[in-house]
Amino acid sequence: MRSGGNGRRSVAIALASTVVFFVAAGVAITHAPGWPEVRSQFFDWHEFKATFPEVARAFLLNIKIFCIAEVFILAFALFLAVLRSLPGPVFFPLRALAIVYADLFRGMPTILVIAMLGFGAPALGLSYIPKSVTFWGIVSLVLIYSAYVSEVYRAGIDSIHPSQEAAARSLGLSRGQTLRRVILPQAVRRVIPPLLNDFIGLQKDTALVGTLGAIEAFQQSQIDTNATFNFTAYLSAAVLFVAATIPLARFTDWLVARDRRRRQAGGVA
Amino acid sequence: MRKKLLLLAGGVAALAAAGALATVDRAAATTAASCPTVSPGELTIGTDNPAYPPWYAGGTHGSKWKINDPSTGKGYESAVAYAVASKLGYSKSKVKWVYVPFNKAFAPGPKSFDFDINQISYTPARAKVVSFSVSYYDVNQAIVVNKGTKIASVRSIKGLRSYKLGAQLGTTSYQFIKSRIRPSQSPAVYNQNAAAVLALKSKQIDGLVVDLPTAFYVTAVQVPNGKILGQFENTGGKATDRFGVVLQKGNALTGCVNKAIGTLRKNGTLKKLQRLWLAKATGAPILK
Repeated sequence: MRSGGNGRRSVAIALASTVVFFVAAGVAITHAPGWPEVRSQFFDWHEFKATFPEVARAFLLNIKIFCIAEVFILAFALFLAVLRSLPGPVFFPLRALAIVYADLFRGMPTILVIAMLGFGAPALGLSYIPKSVTFWGIVSLVLIYSAYVSEVYRAGIDSIHPSQEAAARSLGLSRGQTLRRVILPQAVRRVIPPLLNDFIGLQKDTALVGTLGAIEAFQQSQIDTNATFNFTAYLSAAVLFVAATIPLARFTDWLVARDRRRRQAGGVA
Repeated sequence: MRKKLLLLAGGVAALAAAGALATVDRAAATTAASCPTVSPGELTIGTDNPAYPPWYAGGTHGSKWKINDPSTGKGYESAVAYAVASKLGYSKSKVKWVYVPFNKAFAPGPKSFDFDINQISYTPARAKVVSFSVSYYDVNQAIVVNKGTKIASVRSIKGLRSYKLGAQLGTTSYQFIKSRIRPSQSPAVYNQNAAAVLALKSKQIDGLVVDLPTAFYVTAVQVPNGKILGQFENTGGKATDRFGVVLQKGNALTGCVNKAIGTLRKNGTLKKLQRLWLAKATGAPILK
């Protein structure tokens, strides 16, 4: 613990440097020759008020996409991670498949997968698959984010000491029981912060579904921008995305802190 | 029909050429000072890439332009652009085309073009940000559907309300759907023409609302199984939908371009060019 005087001094320095930085940046921006134009086209209060309700309504679609995708990602990624952790030569094809999958979907830009599936799949003309762009947007996000999240799970599974498995097996648990009752509960708890981090990314990437024609917040803000040639609607969308991200970020911080407290207290992780 | 068209084309070209020759020298002396351009001695015109028919025609000749190269002088907008250029005193070789994505046409900051001609509809809100020229084309919206689908038998605006409609981002077609058709399902909005067309083909949307000349191109080339269900009357007065070229806000060139377009309208050049390039885009039933 730092002494009180020292702490106050640091706070003062931090405060001063913050003020200096933002004042300098503010002055540099507002004195730029194009600032009046930028201000009226990006920060128009009247335009903000006019576009915000509509963009906020469209943002409900982002939330819907996010919530549905998240459920499927959690389940599918865990399945992939388990596949990849299967031991022994018999399971090599499944392991290989999981690796190829992770390489493929982590390597492809999200917007490309969304465009290919969203435009391509309905164009097949099969009557038994949905045509909804929201559906295909969600499918694409699930495919991509599952690749990332499965790696997070795998890191968690790998971080569990082999002695845990050995102990469980020696108690007479089967391989499946060991995985379900001993390894995964510990592994998942450890990776919750990085998982949530991925979900913050997912929250933002829901905006890409707009490229398929679905009217989510970003697409709505583009519509408004194109109608009036004023970019302030983007600000409305940005505010909403940030507002949705902050609670998730603080929740992640809180979980990390709680986890650290518990481990330092010597409790069971 | 085609022969007639060709004859007409020849006639118009000859007329235009003669007109151009007569006016170029006289105009050149007077316009340079009062009508400044971004690169002196040249007229820089912007449009989007790909350049779609019937606004642009004549192919690409291996240039960076897709579908059509605007510098061919063919297609309605290309022809109008060169006619305006000639009125301003720029011969064909002094006209330079630059690629301007739609968003870039109105982004703040100095513009890379003197004017942008890209089927941009005038609206009062847009005119606060950029300068619009007077109309070089008064446009009607139209709806394209797939033949043999349920929507294909609709005969009124009211009848369209229950269907899933789509439009392209940045067009007044979207505004038209929202304010005039008022469908029960929220319309889809596509960032590119290609995406909108694919959505119609794969029946993700029942109908695509575009301007009438584009509708003819869509049904003739892009969606072979498509048909123009009908066009919507330009309501006149304030709601009139019209294309203008876009210039930097307050650009002194605006007045010169307006004068040029005014002359082209008065002497019948615009009409002739419309007959030449947009002739097909008139005969579609009107939906009320």
